Amino acid sequence: MALSIVHRATGIALYVGTLLLAWWLIAAASGPAAYANVQAFTGSIIGRLIVFGYTWALMHHMLSGIRHFVWDLGFGFKANEREALTWGALIGGIVLTVLIWIIAYAIGGGR
Amino acid sequence: MSTTDTPKRSMRTPLGRVRNLGAAHSGTSDFWRQRLTAVAMTLLMIPVLVIIMMLLGRNQAGAAQILGSLPIAVIMLLFIIASAWHMKIGMQEVINDYVHNEKVKLVSMMLNNFFSIAVALASIYAILKLSSGV
Repeated sequence: MALSIVHRATGIALYVGTLLLAWWLIAAASGPAAYANVQAFTGSIIGRLIVFGYTWALMHHMLSGIRHFVWDLGFGFKANEREALTWGALIGGIVLTVLIWIIAYAIGGGR
Repeated sequence: MSTTDTPKRSMRTPLGRVRNLGAAHSGTSDFWRQRLTAVAMTLLMIPVLVIIMMLLGRNQAGAAQILGSLPIAVIMLLFIIASAWHMKIGMQEVINDYVHNEKVKLVSMMLNNFFSIAVALASIYAILKLSSGV
């Protein structure tokens, strides 16, 4: 498995995506009209897809980063351990993303 | 280093050549900070996700009230600072690996710094404005 490039790619995606985070915070500080614009975007199909992709990038990058951290500490270098860590990050990232969105829909939809 | 200082021509000893050029004691600072900010963000991930869940479906007045409360503002500020720092070092790493033209590299490094600092400052300013309620 060669997933280190995915770690970089998700990192770059998260880098660009901070614009969305900054836009959202500035809009919240600006007023109702600006905030309504953000909500209109994040509520649209494209907006939802982007935020869903962003959630996955964040979760995968975090778990993949923890994998690198384990290696930094000197553990997990055996072939089967490397495979387990990599698959764990890959599957874990998807599971966490879906879980977060299920909770988000349960909470957001209930409001 | 000047051409007169090459090993073949110089009368200077190897020690003399490297003296005062050595370890600046900052060689691993980016490596360390990248891990420091990564651990910080991992620890902050659950609180940040909870905050975002709290904001779902609320209008601006509700969001502003939640984001402006002290513990939430502090968590958001810590997360913003850690992520801006982390992404600046990360992008620097990517630029160093893939951009080999010195001028393009120089400009990319500058833009990376500008972008990371601008995003961080804009977000921090928004949080502080929400906290002060002006």
